[in-house]
Amino acid sequence: MKRTYLDHIAATPVRPEVFEAMRPFFTDVFGNPQSLHSAGQEALAAVDAARDEVAALVGASASEIHFTASGSEANNFAVKGMAVGQQARGRHIVVSAIEHTSVLNSVKALERSGFTSTLVPVDRTGRIDPAEVEKALTKETVLVSVMTANSEVGTVEPVAEIAAVCRSRGVLFHTDAVAAAGNIPVDVKASGVDALSLAGDQFYGPKGTAALYVRKGARILPLIDGGIQEGGRRGGTENVAGIVGLGRAAALARAEMASRTAALVPLRDRLLDELPRRVEHVLVTGSRTDRLPHHASFCIEFVEGEAMLLFLDMKGIAASSGSACTSKALKASHVLLAMGLDHATAQGSLVFSLIDGTTGGDIETLFEAFPPIVERLRGMSPLYTQYLKERGS
Amino acid sequence: MYSEKVMDHFANPRNVGVIADADGVGEVGNPVCGDMMTFYIKVKDGRLADVKFQTFGCGAAIAVSSMVSEMAKGKTLDEGLAITNELVAEELGGLPKNKMHCSNLGADALHEAIKNYRDKQAGRAAQGAGAAELHEHEGCACPYCDTALEEGDKTVCRACRVEFEECPSCGGITKKGDAACLHCGKPLGGKN
Repeated sequence: MKRTYLDHIAATPVRPEVFEAMRPFFTDVFGNPQSLHSAGQEALAAVDAARDEVAALVGASASEIHFTASGSEANNFAVKGMAVGQQARGRHIVVSAIEHTSVLNSVKALERSGFTSTLVPVDRTGRIDPAEVEKALTKETVLVSVMTANSEVGTVEPVAEIAAVCRSRGVLFHTDAVAAAGNIPVDVKASGVDALSLAGDQFYGPKGTAALYVRKGARILPLIDGGIQEGGRRGGTENVAGIVGLGRAAALARAEMASRTAALVPLRDRLLDELPRRVEHVLVTGSRTDRLPHHASFCIEFVEGEAMLLFLDMKGIAASSGSACTSKALKASHVLLAMGLDHATAQGSLVFSLIDGTTGGDIETLFEAFPPIVERLRGMSPLYTQYLKERGS
Repeated sequence: MYSEKVMDHFANPRNVGVIADADGVGEVGNPVCGDMMTFYIKVKDGRLADVKFQTFGCGAAIAVSSMVSEMAKGKTLDEGLAITNELVAEELGGLPKNKMHCSNLGADALHEAIKNYRDKQAGRAAQGAGAAELHEHEGCACPYCDTALEEGDKTVCRACRVEFEECPSCGGITKKGDAACLHCGKPLGGKN
């Protein structure tokens, strides 16, 4: 069976060039970058080169890049390290209602030690209003964290405006750019953020590779106390091969971003425009104008996401959903609820995220496979039966 | 994640549909936790001559409904009432722990339909008693991390240290301090 992979937000394939770049660092160039000998210095040179590439991707200086093992780790590092680092000045944090759980749960962890927080609401398209962020700031606020783009609904947030609000009030600003970096232009100097998280598996790099940018001069506590790695802020021997892969993926993303976007946007728009025409009662979730180039998300009314994913998988199509049933916690997506959708509608959440190499044929495959799946599930849905009854009467 | 039998009943559900002139109808679930089931029964000579269902929900919920309909068809009403959610899960070759609560409600829906039939026979108006009363919580798992909760102390998950309380509306186990019950969506009065 032909496989159609439309789940970029879960993982991207590692590009062959990236894998080739990593290969020697497992067996041949295996030295510890902190060693004085040539084997170590060779590894250090590779780590330094990768740091330069990652810095260039986001417009930072190399010394401002700290490698971590996941986007979640980078978010924990930023939120906890910056909030606790400023706690002499205040203990209040502002985050948006649609942040990733690694940000929201970091804030919850801080609340257990006396911090308080304010959740900034979003509008129907998942957009955060910078004025709402400003309203949430108090004299006690020491950190604001708002994501650059949301992976569930694709909305790109007005990060530069929010950063300007924070700067004018002297509050540190972190942005989780895991879904955005490598896919849309991100520039820490132009946007004026103090910290930014990114992850390699969102732009054809290996899993387990990520980084946190921290502006020079911004105070952050170390995440792992140990040696001098990562400026003394994250001890532990460097994941040299992974870091090399992340660097190569960053270089490719920078070189190819425009051409990738040009190829993906028409396919994305076709999905967003045509799916609701091919199937009745389909809502597009997220913003139509400020949107990730590879991201199309929907709520399919009267049916549930997991059931759709299972049937799509039988047709060789991989997608994802924010339905409660697909989450281990069996809780509806906090993102969709924050956008004002009701529980039943949020249950029909479906996300198609395109990768490099997705073709018009893939979209066609989806268009053929999908309507019968929805029809079948609606045929057994008491909610749809009820809807038809009410419409008929 | 699902057994072969679950996938078979999900992909080829038996007895899907509505019985327009049903002798009894039973409904359980709500969209908050994702699953809703409606069971329709026809009764002849004290037996379940026909059973049909409609389900809104995940793969497990659909498979459970299908299995219940198959197990119930041809049985006496008392035999139908003896079908438990646990037996259904067993027949399906097991269900993921976190699905045992939300999705494994098929037997409850069948019981509701039988009760509805008996009420009608006795000339009583349908009581509309919540499925919660029938819903048992023996051997349940933490809805957040999947770890089995210890007998005798279902108020806390030792693995992820989440504290639970019983929802006063549906009796389901839900996270303490949450604004609404994880199962029935009713406000809990707690703050989140």
